Amino acid sequence: MSEGLIELRGVSLAYRTASGPLPVLDDLSISVPEGGFTAFVGPSGCGKSTLTRLIAGLTRPDRGEVRLHGEPVRGPRPVVGMAFQNPVLLEWRTILRNVLLPLEITRTRLSKREQEARARRLLALVGLEGFEEKRPSELSGGMRQRASLCRALIHQPEILILDEPFGALDAFTREDLWKLMHELKAEEPFTGVLITHDLREAVFLADEVVVLSGRPAKVQRCVPSGAAGRRDIEHLYTAESVALLNLLRREIEIAQGRAPAGSRAA
Amino acid sequence: MTGSKIAAPAVALALTLGFWEWLVWANGWPDYKMASPSDLWPAFWKFRHLFLVQGWETLWRTVAGLGLAVVFGVLVGMAMGLSRMARDGLYPLLVGFNAIPKATVVPIVALMFVGWHDFNTVLIAFMISFFPIAVSVSIGLSTLEPEYRDILRALGASRFTVFRKIALPKTLPEFFGALKVSVTLAFIGTNLMEIVSPHGRGLGALFDSAKTNSDYPLMFAVLFALAALGILLYYVVVALERIFAGWAERPAS
Repeated sequence: MSEGLIELRGVSLAYRTASGPLPVLDDLSISVPEGGFTAFVGPSGCGKSTLTRLIAGLTRPDRGEVRLHGEPVRGPRPVVGMAFQNPVLLEWRTILRNVLLPLEITRTRLSKREQEARARRLLALVGLEGFEEKRPSELSGGMRQRASLCRALIHQPEILILDEPFGALDAFTREDLWKLMHELKAEEPFTGVLITHDLREAVFLADEVVVLSGRPAKVQRCVPSGAAGRRDIEHLYTAESVALLNLLRREIEIAQGRAPAGSRAA
Repeated sequence: MTGSKIAAPAVALALTLGFWEWLVWANGWPDYKMASPSDLWPAFWKFRHLFLVQGWETLWRTVAGLGLAVVFGVLVGMAMGLSRMARDGLYPLLVGFNAIPKATVVPIVALMFVGWHDFNTVLIAFMISFFPIAVSVSIGLSTLEPEYRDILRALGASRFTVFRKIALPKTLPEFFGALKVSVTLAFIGTNLMEIVSPHGRGLGALFDSAKTNSDYPLMFAVLFALAALGILLYYVVVALERIFAGWAERPAS
């Protein structure tokens, strides 16, 4: 079996709470190939965000192992870029200086001028040309999220972790950003990990959708969605996509315990 | 726009003084009951040298006490903001300490360090003014959304780097808000000690000697001098806030 770029083997994790350990992840084994894009869907509070923290090296598993490139993850490493539902831009910095922030932490061979040129190119790519010197408070929610994506990609991370990045945006802005993600992936190759509640988003962006069961989260089902390559929103309305969405919806209902496992679609 | 920024407070001040003058005149109050604004200027002029010297005494002690309050308040606030244990441990202590009216502490401190007038006064100014700073810094740090921390931690940044790049600048607006409260408190502290302490110095001592001599216009003049110093220091803080945390101010729309 060829090893994926991201490899989780038998990962279990429990949070220590006042009323005893609370199991969050249970014996999770997942593999994300290099250049792949995997979406994780599941009921609310099933530990999806904890999963991203494990991959980023911010949390260590109680049991099992997380590997990147076959190397066990022992702590945070700058090969990861992260974007969250909250764009968490620094209000006291301009958009350009926000995007440059990760380069102040990671070692970079780029000169100051090259760093800035790269940041400007990324901002232009996401349609924020001309907003470099604005403050985050002067931008709309969608524009802030675009800037946050630039910041996540500025240090050319191998892995881009997106934790419900478009959850707070309106439907049309969200679709724009979905298309943008395909463009970004073509321009700035990365291996994607997406946490989402939006099945359409998962099907549109990812080439594999992993359904997690309710807490403690186990892998309930892995569904290939074949999203590789750039596509249009229209693709979501093809019979093939609708069948896939229905299958995923049923899996979520099973995960929530609202439908019996026997009702599973083939 | 700029014109009304100066004109509006000037008109408000003139109207207030006018009303006060009229009130005293209409009631026929003598000086020893209520001095009127027109009595103040002679008092200022007569003791102009004392006002300059004592005003400076009050100002530097207040600023020194405030400086200590900033250093101590920020350190305590950092400890409480960054460590849950420190917060649980220190909070009741701080609240209890803050609940003690400082007027009751003044005679104790005055006796404890009798003769150390400068030290006494700075100490009271410090004790009365550090609390808002400590609380605001601790709240600013402890309410930092975890995502802010994670974007840097995920890149391998140290806790100190996260503090320097994110937590510290993000707390500045709260810090300056608290500093504005602390400026006024520090003045109260300085004057409490100056009034109570025998052979004191500063505007508080001038006030006390005016009282002893039944020079009522001078007492009122001291109040005005204190207000002027308070306004001066307050706007110094506002100017610092503009420089260091101006980004927090949204343009009026």
